[in-house]
Amino acid sequence: MIDNTQSFQFFNRGPSPAVRLVFFAVLSLLLLFVDARYRYLESTRSTLSVLVSPIQQLATMPSVLWQQTSSFLVTQHKLVDENKLLHQRHQRDAAQLSQFQALQQENQQLRNLLALAQRSEFTAQLAEIVYAERDVFKRRVLINKGANGNVRIGQVVMDDIGIVGQITRVYPWLSAVTLITEKDHAVPVQVLRNGLRTIVFGAGDTSQLSLRYMPVSSDIQEGDMLVTSGIDGIYPPGIPVARVEKIERDPAYPFARITCLPVAGVDSHRHLLILSGLPELPEPPVEQAAAAKPDKGKSRRKIPETH
Amino acid sequence: MPYSDSTSQQIQRPVSNTFIVLSVLAALLLNGLPWEGIWLMLRPDFVAIVLLYWCTYKPQRVGIGLSWAVGIFADVADASLFGQHALAYTLLAFGGVILHRRLQMFDLRQQTTQVFGIFVLTYAVYALVHWQVNGYMVWAFFLGCLTSTLLWAPLSIMLQAMRQMRMDRDRI
Repeated sequence: MIDNTQSFQFFNRGPSPAVRLVFFAVLSLLLLFVDARYRYLESTRSTLSVLVSPIQQLATMPSVLWQQTSSFLVTQHKLVDENKLLHQRHQRDAAQLSQFQALQQENQQLRNLLALAQRSEFTAQLAEIVYAERDVFKRRVLINKGANGNVRIGQVVMDDIGIVGQITRVYPWLSAVTLITEKDHAVPVQVLRNGLRTIVFGAGDTSQLSLRYMPVSSDIQEGDMLVTSGIDGIYPPGIPVARVEKIERDPAYPFARITCLPVAGVDSHRHLLILSGLPELPEPPVEQAAAAKPDKGKSRRKIPETH
Repeated sequence: MPYSDSTSQQIQRPVSNTFIVLSVLAALLLNGLPWEGIWLMLRPDFVAIVLLYWCTYKPQRVGIGLSWAVGIFADVADASLFGQHALAYTLLAFGGVILHRRLQMFDLRQQTTQVFGIFVLTYAVYALVHWQVNGYMVWAFFLGCLTSTLLWAPLSIMLQAMRQMRMDRDRI
């Protein structure tokens, strides 16, 4: 029914702002739900990222230029000093490396004697950080190797010292690395001194890590080195992750508060290594337990873990 | 007041589509500069300021739909969830379109107080989505809406001046 008292509209301006607001808000919420729950939109994201990446490349130009000019203006004296230092370090490392090779040989022989599986080697791919993500809530960097460089989600990223993070999203020419300092990012580790296994979590808002659920009485000291335990099948064993910084043992709480600092230059380095070729762990025997459960009913207890 | 007179004259003036697109692209670029640490916390949302400016002065051209589309691009650039920026900018544009007559009447000081409310709402929506999905909050994130509000006056003066310059050049 047409109301004649309404003012006549000369121009058709489409639906009112409120209608548009509701439409686009519902659309956004729908997208949010789909993206957060199902991750269906990754291909759309990588297509759109091709459009956005020129702007991002342009935005990183000033810092890249600054770095190039400062590296160009390095004095010869400094370079000579650095060269000398690197030479010394190389000689020292070469001596250690030959020792290491001998030890590796010996280890292999011993493992052969004991009929244990060989420790497998992993290969690494060099990548460069393009930029850090501009989001207060997240700790991520983007590196310049993507799906075209055979990078896959879940690969481990390290620098020359230790673990930096893990690849969580792959674009055609870029991939996003979630740093180990991201909130609730977990890395299975063991204490190098005594082999105590635990899990280290990122703190999120600071560049720190924390060990949760460690009993007050557990044998851990300040300065202890945490290395990857390798039992998860994602991280290779024996790579440094963090060093224990502070331990608060409050008897009122069942767990000690332990803060650690990452050993790798999580926030500082430009060149990173992407590890690949890690061995596939055998699937955990889930089917047997599931099959055995119904016929025995509730009388059957869960098999206690041996560790 | 001299300034409000000049603004009310400038509202009537046309603006080219290229200029709007360029300003939004420049804002995306500024958001993408390598902000780190405390500067990332203090980073004003240039895209939000520019979108609000156009929603206030050209509500027929830049509205809720366009802001939503820019939000999607901002989501890709920041690798946030799809729709996170889009939802925030939709609300921002709604605020701008609804209040555009009032904002055009005001001088810059009064505008700033009005704009602060819109920015707080935008930031709150973004943070709320993050809190719902990831379950934690970084309160320092809200520092950004203060800096965005402080940048409203300089940026709108700058955009007005640039529009004026283009007008003069076109006339010659």
